[in-house]
Amino acid sequence: MEMPAPDARVMARKARIVQRLQEAVPSGGVIHDPAETRAYECDALTAYRCPPLAVVLPSSTAEVAAALKVCHEEGVPVVPRGAGTSLAGGALPTADSVILGVARMAQVLEIDTASRIIRVQTGRTNLSVTGAVEDLGFFYAPDPSSQLACAIAGNIAMNSGGAHCLKYGVTTNNLLGLTLVQMDGTVVELGGAHLDAAGLDLLALVCGSEGQLGVVTEATLRILPKPEGARPVLIGFGSSEVAGACVADIIRAGLLPVAIEFMDRPCIEATEAFAGAGYPMCEALLIVEVEGSDAEIDEQLGLITQIARGHDPVEVREAASADEAARIWLGRKSAFGAMGQLGDYMCLDGTIPVSALPTVLGRIGEMSAEYGLRVANVFHAGDGNMHPLILFDANRPGDLETCEAFGAEILKLCVEVGGCLTGEHGVGIEKRDLMSVQYAPADLEAQMRVKDVFDPRWLLNPAKVFPLGASAARRAG
Amino acid sequence: MRAPADEAELAEAVAGAEGPLAIVGGGTCGVAVAGEPLSVAGLSGITLYEPGALTMVARAGTPLAEIEAALEAEGQRLAFEPPDFRSLLGTDGEPTIGGVFATNASGPRRIAVGAARDFLLGVRFVDGTGTVVRNGGRVMKNVTGYDLTKLMAGSWGTLGVLTEVAFKVLPKPAASGLVTIQALSPERAVAAMAAALGSPFEVTGAAHLTETPGDVPGTMLRIEGSEASVAYRLERLAALMAPFGNVAKSNGADWARVRDLTFLEGGDADVWRLSVRPTTAAEVVARLPEGARVLLDWGGGLIWAAVPPGTDVRGAVGPLSGHARRVRGGGGGPRFPPEAAPVAALSAGLRAQFDPRGILNPGLMG
Repeated sequence: MEMPAPDARVMARKARIVQRLQEAVPSGGVIHDPAETRAYECDALTAYRCPPLAVVLPSSTAEVAAALKVCHEEGVPVVPRGAGTSLAGGALPTADSVILGVARMAQVLEIDTASRIIRVQTGRTNLSVTGAVEDLGFFYAPDPSSQLACAIAGNIAMNSGGAHCLKYGVTTNNLLGLTLVQMDGTVVELGGAHLDAAGLDLLALVCGSEGQLGVVTEATLRILPKPEGARPVLIGFGSSEVAGACVADIIRAGLLPVAIEFMDRPCIEATEAFAGAGYPMCEALLIVEVEGSDAEIDEQLGLITQIARGHDPVEVREAASADEAARIWLGRKSAFGAMGQLGDYMCLDGTIPVSALPTVLGRIGEMSAEYGLRVANVFHAGDGNMHPLILFDANRPGDLETCEAFGAEILKLCVEVGGCLTGEHGVGIEKRDLMSVQYAPADLEAQMRVKDVFDPRWLLNPAKVFPLGASAARRAG
Repeated sequence: MRAPADEAELAEAVAGAEGPLAIVGGGTCGVAVAGEPLSVAGLSGITLYEPGALTMVARAGTPLAEIEAALEAEGQRLAFEPPDFRSLLGTDGEPTIGGVFATNASGPRRIAVGAARDFLLGVRFVDGTGTVVRNGGRVMKNVTGYDLTKLMAGSWGTLGVLTEVAFKVLPKPAASGLVTIQALSPERAVAAMAAALGSPFEVTGAAHLTETPGDVPGTMLRIEGSEASVAYRLERLAALMAPFGNVAKSNGADWARVRDLTFLEGGDADVWRLSVRPTTAAEVVARLPEGARVLLDWGGGLIWAAVPPGTDVRGAVGPLSGHARRVRGGGGGPRFPPEAAPVAALSAGLRAQFDPRGILNPGLMG
């Protein structure tokens, strides 16, 4: 993975830049000792590391604006950072860059349940947004797997999803307003506690722009009343293809579960060894969750299991108690940790039309044999958002490269069947150079023109999202 | 009127345009823009429909009626409930799917399921230079690059001319029901609607009508789902609303007059829509001029107001937690709300990038 060479002129001015940042952020929080900046050398894509020039952790929007203004004047690239949980390298620094983290900005600013909104500083973690409103009977819907750790800032930057977005949508569908600081320090308010844009929908543009248009310091989020209850059913199948077909049939029947999760045999085995959730040993399983009153749940699960029985399931396990429900989810929620026990893995995030699930799962199995690397699948099947996990050995020369080549082939397949490279993790550096598989030069040019407007000098998170060749001329300016 | 037959011809027409173009879908949204009319109606037809994946792709000029008929046949629908404002605006013609998304036209169910922009998965459009651009795709979750798709929704043809749209559809529930409460003040109505929308009973419509000054106002709450589920939730919701006043419940729910504002058809009143923080709705309504006819939708988050021609509604209501746009009539300030300077600068910057000659619906949005 190539990153641009750091600008020696910037690095030579480190002392001056650090001093100016310290003046701009009087509350403290400027880190410049190489022993300490190392903590910021990577995010959750740990294969790539590079300590930044410095790290600044402001404690207010005004301090963010002052810090950005300094970096703008000094021509220093800035890499915004939430909690550093990006799987795509979205917060990977370069040696000449300043990391601007919002970790010290985690307050709840306002809760208005009658308008069904909460306003928070964006360093707040995803789960603690729900934590702030749950006693009032509400929750924040997007629930990425990393929700205990990940920050709202990063959720907005990557337009994060989660298991329950089949019903509730992803971040962009639950974001009503934000405070954005542009690279030159300009503070912009977009949206608010109302439901639509006054003019152009700039809010939608900022959400998912991977920290390239500005630093989001505050957000107004939609909160929803908690359902009366929720209950999952676990269904085991004799093959991945059959499980895939069952997903399409459930949706086709007009049912709208809150989640349909998929795991295949390698993933089930690893998860059982790790968490012991008591899953049946089968080729593939689905976890389907529905919400409502007890009677409503019974009705929906009755229809779902009826459809599933048409696909010759090896097991249908309805949760009869909260404890059983928790056990069904336990395996799914431990899946990524369990895979980590098996060795190094690369997690892909391509999305495909649900109808293509059987074909794509079959092809991935064939490619796994061709590349000689094992793959486990665990993903949000209801919306076609796949997470093939390719296992490799980082200590074996060439394995990472083989894994990356295999991953690229899978993502190309996703695009070929009508899907996309990434459903919820973002492009970052990881899929940057594959963007031209999905988009023609004119399509990428249109996107880059947006960055030209928000950040004309291309200083914010510059070497991400777009193929390096495509953005070279702009970054040089 | 230029009426290209396909995307290539449309791109050529834009590239070769020598002056401003007025982009026309079905011509039903009642805005007049100076410029040579450019019709998208020739780009018509559903190109892909996968009911099992809840997705449809259609050319921008496809009549909305054709889309809805195809969905109906499969027991599905456009869940964001696009309104039909032909009677309100005194226009005729066939609303098109491109027009629906270009104007982000979203009805009462927006409060529960999201707006048109939330259902839009991908677009093809021709920018102001005549270049064809594709963004998004046809899958539910897609964070591959910037979301120009949602930017195009509600851009009223000022950044580009939509040629194809891919969107999510949803199953049509088997049943619906209605809870009504009579004679509430706007303040109490908003409180009742907030309680309903804050309940777990999945209210998909929450509106309050004060159609004429002498009328008894009515507050309406809609429930949708399976027969058994609707029956259960109607009961629970009616009980929850009991403290607010005289509650009635019924099966079925006719929302056309809320969605299409049919009670405001005819007459010469200006019609405004104010998008506000729901809890401020009653105060805003109180500041509207005497005699204004008002409908609150989205639990108070959307105020429709019919006022005497030329009324400066923005001046009358003062600073809003939200914004006001004129939908019918010609007076009382610009149609679209003025934006704060940094936002206006970004919007102008985007227009300069996507339409450097300023020829696409110039001046419509500001």
